[in-house]
Amino acid sequence: MLKVLRARLQQGHRTLPFPGQEPVLPDRFRGLPVVDLAQCGGECPRCAEACPTDAIRVDGTGIAIDLGRCLFCTECADACPTGAIRYSAEYRLSQRRRGDLLFDGQTWLAAQALDAASRRLFGRSLKLRQVSAGGCNACEADVNVLSTVVFDLGRFGIQFVASPRHADGVLITGPVTQNMRLALEKTYAAVPAPKLVIAVGACAISGGPYRDHPEVHDGADSLVPVDLYVPGCPPHPVTILDGLLRLLGKVGSAAPRDRV
Amino acid sequence: MAGPSSLAIHNGSAVSLSEIPRLGMADFREHVVASVGSGGRIAAFFAQPVAAARFRLFAVLAHGDSGTLSLCTADTSTSYPALTPACPQAHWFEREIAEQWGVRPEGHPWLKPIRFHAPYRLGPEGGWVSPRAPIQPGVTDFFQVDGAEVHEVAVGPVHAGIIEPGHFRFQCHGERVFHLEIALGYQHRGIEAALVGGPDKRTVHYMETAAGDTSAGHMMAYCEAVEALAGARLPARAQVIRAVALELERLANHAGDLGALAGDVAYLPTAAYCGRLRGEFLNLTAALCGSRFGRGLVRPGGVRFDVDRGRIADLLTRLDAACADVATAVNLLWDTPSVGARFEGTGVISRSDCERLGLVGPPARACAVERDVRHEFPSGIFRFVHIPTSTWGSGDVFARAYVRWLEIQRSAAFVREQLSALPDGVVRTEVGPLAANHVAVSLVEGWRGEICHVALTDAHARFARYKVVDPSFHNWMGLALALRDQQISDFPLCNKSFNLSYCGHDL
Repeated sequence: MLKVLRARLQQGHRTLPFPGQEPVLPDRFRGLPVVDLAQCGGECPRCAEACPTDAIRVDGTGIAIDLGRCLFCTECADACPTGAIRYSAEYRLSQRRRGDLLFDGQTWLAAQALDAASRRLFGRSLKLRQVSAGGCNACEADVNVLSTVVFDLGRFGIQFVASPRHADGVLITGPVTQNMRLALEKTYAAVPAPKLVIAVGACAISGGPYRDHPEVHDGADSLVPVDLYVPGCPPHPVTILDGLLRLLGKVGSAAPRDRV
Repeated sequence: MAGPSSLAIHNGSAVSLSEIPRLGMADFREHVVASVGSGGRIAAFFAQPVAAARFRLFAVLAHGDSGTLSLCTADTSTSYPALTPACPQAHWFEREIAEQWGVRPEGHPWLKPIRFHAPYRLGPEGGWVSPRAPIQPGVTDFFQVDGAEVHEVAVGPVHAGIIEPGHFRFQCHGERVFHLEIALGYQHRGIEAALVGGPDKRTVHYMETAAGDTSAGHMMAYCEAVEALAGARLPARAQVIRAVALELERLANHAGDLGALAGDVAYLPTAAYCGRLRGEFLNLTAALCGSRFGRGLVRPGGVRFDVDRGRIADLLTRLDAACADVATAVNLLWDTPSVGARFEGTGVISRSDCERLGLVGPPARACAVERDVRHEFPSGIFRFVHIPTSTWGSGDVFARAYVRWLEIQRSAAFVREQLSALPDGVVRTEVGPLAANHVAVSLVEGWRGEICHVALTDAHARFARYKVVDPSFHNWMGLALALRDQQISDFPLCNKSFNLSYCGHDL
């Protein structure tokens, strides 16, 4: 017993002060990619050609990066002859609509909260059923970590539950394999309405590196309506938590530009 | 014609395809069975189509005593006499061969799908055509037990926790499990088919996400294969940084597993502490490269991130702090009788079953089998710096947990030592074109065990075939056997003590 108490003292209090304070991210963290238009003419195709998931379009005046496909791998930045692409420390990456993930590299506003009626329903208690549908266990692991003492998801009234019948929504990872299609559809159907769907990671948003494989469905919204997209490969746990809190209106509705 | 039956090579080397002996089917079968009978192990065994209804079987046998790998091939039509009845290690491989190409191993005692996809066809230019015809996943003739009070329990594919999907079918008598059958394939993303014709710009991302909790392990295996094919020499500094990433991956996952095992026996202090500490090790990897899972760190020719003295000092300080907390958290397990009561004697695998199945990684070492790629088939920095192999003899949940604890201590010591004496020089070198019509084999000891990659190039130096064998491919059958005669309520505990990869198996 004394050993247990001594261990408890040694381990200390470990819950991060987020969202009250900004998170401390590693200096090499790869967040929102931003583009310096003074350096980028918007015509050179090198970044678009280098991108493994064809997330970049160059149209002659600038570039558009589809953060739903982006693996945050820096192939584009490495390929850019003028060094115009840079991965910033911006971790607030979630969006409510798929189209809003198309980013011009300039102005970024992260997801808006649910409407007032939905916030009344889910804002103080959100139970989620997680479905991995071809995920590589990285998104799963960094969703799982939200329930540890470090992020302590329960303090926000959010909890992962064992049954879709107990859930207010599903959180989906993976590109949705053909072999998980039925299981995902059944899980979704088993959640009582009104319900939310959250797609976490490049695979669940767009298929990620598995896009256009005959074995997958290129993401969750090909089968179920998605309410929140959380980009990344995998997204940092803080990015996922920020997305969940943003959806519930517990952190600001607009992301300031000071981190970019 | 009496030539050699196989070609011996070292881990991480490449040879011309023409050098591999092509045996008659009977000789091939006899050679593989005899090699396994005399201490060898099947590291990879797969089929490659060569013409309409003609296939070439490739076997890669690992000989731990001599530290060599041997290769042999044989040609077959759409059926051949199965190896499995004489060599249980071939069991899962032959099911894969049958499923991928419709080649039937005649006499296989348990011929069922492993991933639930229709067989591929060879398309133009060597590509794999996957028929759109859907197959119902998990629908197969499960082994069943009949009798009074016998009942069946079906679990999954969607599980209670945040884990990957798989289906488990238990045949029970009361609480007692007679038999567990595991149906996988829900995670099948078509990785091997997509690798044909590569390398291309997605190849490294398939490797990093084949089993996304083993990004460093699979990337190292991939890089060692292509570097062998290109004849590239890796800078010493890059070898060390790769090995550090590999051991950090092991530290994170082993610490997390010990916490999860504690959680499964309701011992919450260790569960809570290790849940955090796993993240501390992931954060060390993120300090190296920005990604908690090592994404973007290991690349052909070396690594993409160097470390300076300041970063090394920071890494070492944080490593020491995390290790001190892990020691306290994990030692609580061994001091708590209620934990011992649940760990000891649960989910026992006998050493002979371990050998017959060809288990790898901590489950094998928990049966006192000294099987560790870093020791038997060292490549990179492991040729010069040896990590002692950690074993325990009881083959139960306790042994699988305790081996992880031993490995945590040894990996931490390795990382500390290597970061303190990092060789000077560059961290990346050019990798030239790959050799045409060659084969390269690379083995890496990932945190789950032996990762084996086999790359075959065609006349244009593209991948004609790229075989990935995740350690879980060897070990899922071990979990099924561990459940025999156990309480069904101990399934989560046994499952966690293996903690196998679903996507690494399903690819």
